Amino acid sequence: MPTFVYMTRCDGCGHCVDICPSDIMHIDKTYRRAYNIEPNMCWECYSCVKACPQNAIDVRGYADFAPLGHSVRVIRDEEKGVIAWRIKFRNGEKDLNLLAPITTKPWGSATPDLRKETAPTQEQRDSQQLYSEPKYIRMDDGDVHTLESNGLKMKVGVYY
Amino acid sequence: MAYKTIVEDNIDVLVAGAGLGGTGAAFEARYWGQDKKIVIAEKANIDRSGAVAQGLYAINCYMGTRFGENNPEDHVRYARIDLMGMVREDLLFDMARHVDSTVHNFEDWGLPIMRDKEKGSFLREGRWQIMIHGESYKPIVAEAAKKNADKVFNRICVTHLLMDEAKENRVAGAVGFNVRTGDFHVFKSKTVICGAGGASNIFKPRSVGEGAGRVWYAPWSSGSAYALMINAGAKMTQMENRIVLARFKDGYGPVGAYFLHLKTYTQNAYGEEYESKWFPELQKLVGKEYLDPEVSHLTHRPIPTCLRNHCIIHEVNAGRGPIHMVTMHSFQDPHLEEIGWHNFLGMTVGQAVLWAATDVDPKNENPELTTSEPYVMGSHATGCGAWCSGPEDISPPEYFWGYNRMTTIEGLFGAGDAVGGTPHAFSSGSFTEGRLAAKAACKYIDDGKAEGITVSEKQIFDRKEEVFKPLEHYKVHRNEIVAGTVNPNYHNPRQALDRLQKLMDEYGGGVTVNYMTNDKLLSIGLKKLKIMEEDLEKIAAQDLHELLRAWEVKHRHRASECVLQHTLFRKETRWPGYYYRGDAMKLDDENWHVLTVSRRDPKTGEYTMEKAPLYHLVDDDEVAAAE
Ligand SMILES: Cc1cc2nc3c(=O)[nH]c(=O)nc-3n(C[C@H](O)[C@H](O)[C@H](O)COP(=O)(O)OP(=O)(O)OC[C@H]3O[C@@H](n4cnc5c(N)ncnc54)[C@H](O)[C@@H]3O)c2cc1C
Ligand code: SF4
Ligand code: SF4
Repeated sequence: MPTFVYMTRCDGCGHCVDICPSDIMHIDKTYRRAYNIEPNMCWECYSCVKACPQNAIDVRGYADFAPLGHSVRVIRDEEKGVIAWRIKFRNGEKDLNLLAPITTKPWGSATPDLRKETAPTQEQRDSQQLYSEPKYIRMDDGDVHTLESNGLKMKVGVYY
Repeated sequence: MAYKTIVEDNIDVLVAGAGLGGTGAAFEARYWGQDKKIVIAEKANIDRSGAVAQGLYAINCYMGTRFGENNPEDHVRYARIDLMGMVREDLLFDMARHVDSTVHNFEDWGLPIMRDKEKGSFLREGRWQIMIHGESYKPIVAEAAKKNADKVFNRICVTHLLMDEAKENRVAGAVGFNVRTGDFHVFKSKTVICGAGGASNIFKPRSVGEGAGRVWYAPWSSGSAYALMINAGAKMTQMENRIVLARFKDGYGPVGAYFLHLKTYTQNAYGEEYESKWFPELQKLVGKEYLDPEVSHLTHRPIPTCLRNHCIIHEVNAGRGPIHMVTMHSFQDPHLEEIGWHNFLGMTVGQAVLWAATDVDPKNENPELTTSEPYVMGSHATGCGAWCSGPEDISPPEYFWGYNRMTTIEGLFGAGDAVGGTPHAFSSGSFTEGRLAAKAACKYIDDGKAEGITVSEKQIFDRKEEVFKPLEHYKVHRNEIVAGTVNPNYHNPRQALDRLQKLMDEYGGGVTVNYMTNDKLLSIGLKKLKIMEEDLEKIAAQDLHELLRAWEVKHRHRASECVLQHTLFRKETRWPGYYYRGDAMKLDDENWHVLTVSRRDPKTGEYTMEKAPLYHLVDDDEVAAAE
């Protein structure tokens, strides 16, 4: 089973249930802890693993091709904006630790609320521009490209 | 029926499916419709839904006009040659001229984009791709959508679009159910932007048993975008243009960064270069316009991806497999080795799990590659999807009916995988298409086109009954048997999915038949799909989770039918390496240098097929452009 949950670590908080894009992390009614109800619809996307506050979820490679005895663990820290991976090979000969940033800004602080932007003018509405354009396309004040501005002509007829 | 009906009324813009396309739509709609009601209905949790759920390590579509790197027309030339001529150049040019602004916004929001220290530009992986630390790509764009939508409904599986009863062929919203509570949700809306994603799992995957979820496109990509639009009667295009991917074996790890940035290359089992050996024969099949290694070399014009697949498939069939990716050289550099691993961890963790499990260290061993089962999508490197209007300043009359990215149904727009003819949009291009659709949808409303929409109680009631039928069917028939899953009156969703995949694989040109099909096979396939449709009326779901799976397989079935109709209609092998028509092996430009368009009549279920003109807006003088 691609993901599985360690019985002794899970406290049934439901974060994994909330996040799994495949809707396959469910709470077991008897044990009140989570488990993967449909391993053959699991992508090993690690969304649940990253979301579990107890580190209770782990992945065992797919039985149709992956032998036992390896591990790929992850800790994702939104506050610090980093993700840390540890990959251990089956034969114990390789043990990789890798770290990557996940954001450059305090979490969620930099996405704009467009209700607060100055309303677009009629001219903008009639143009080909999108929000933040033309400024965001290029450094000079060039506007959105058109066939004309790019020296292109629509070919007549249908051919290659 | 015990489940509550919850009605959300007076919506201006409903976003159905919020992956990269849908989030782009919800975000941009707020700018052009600051006073409008914008609502998202998403099958999973918007924070981790869609093809980008686990993250990406590259943004595959970025012009870099700011850094003097490329112009939109360059991208059109590239996507066109990669797709053997078949693209909607108006839509492509339009996406490409806006995509940079999308990426610059992403950077502002905190997405870590790597920089080229010398040039100051974004670090490129190839001519079109830039490298990112994209583990949180989806949560970041989801923040932007959440902040700007009025309401986000997570865990709603949209099953149908609602149609206006005051005006024919106009959309009026959508319905679906909450996969957790079972509540029936009705969204009455003036416009709908469909972003419900492409289709994995319609062809039998290489993985089996417990591993069957290990497919390349996400297993939750249920082709809903296509089914919703087809069922409503929208015209579709290029549905025959499925894609087969060369990927690391079993794990489906991406190869883009390996080829382009890490400078790895492939060889056969005996350490030989094999690709060019197949070119002379292949050239006879596709003609020199599409395969001219000399020109490609001179101008950096790429060899179409499908043709490179063709070489892998044929080399393996000739008994010289497996194909290996030569990683051992590059991986001696610790920096490149790290990038190689990050590449997986950022977007296909399963590949890292596999190599750890099988002790494959690419530093000491060249890993195996293989070709995948086919996928149907319109944003990655293929152009399946709805036949949409282009922008007013570019599109020729046949491609233009007023509102950018509007389908042939009024008020219904598409984004990302949903839009046909715009391959190589990828994540950034899908988000951009969502933005374009949103601006047009707001204009559509402001122009008064969405006045007086009516939806009767009957339409809602009928849909509700239909939506929950699989639960009812289960209840009625389960006690006829002692226990277990074998029942003479129904199939469960998994059984239906297995049946669909076997059928598509064997008749539609899947992996076990080496991507080969013909008119006879396709006709049998269509007949079998028709019978399967009757059985899908009797699909049984024992709980809400199975109800979700039931609707996913119904959507996959509809998308599959359209794929076979298109494949049968195009009597040529346009994309050798993606599929072959054994009865029409050659690429036939004389008769088939056209786009294919279908429409399924919602009342009769009959398909009408037509050819649509293929306009080339951009010249093909690669040499001049390269100078
Ligand atoms: C392994 C992999 C690697 C990739 N690599 C790259 C890369 O390196 N760079 C790059 O730029 N692109 C890459 N892509 C492509 C990119 O992810 C897609 O092009 C893009 O996500 C498509 O956007 P979309 O909005 O059309 O679909 P999606 O992002 O898949 O969104 C579809 C949404 O619709 C929802 N949905 C589906 N059905 C329903 C329904 N019935 N009701 C309600 N909601 C529904 C889904 O839950 C999902 O949220 C990659 C994709 C994959 C799978
Ligand atoms: S790895 Fe992904 S698909 Fe699998 S259970 Fe976790 S969240 Fe769901
Ligand atoms: S997130 Fe972790 S602790 Fe919470 S239910 Fe899931 S497995 Fe258990």
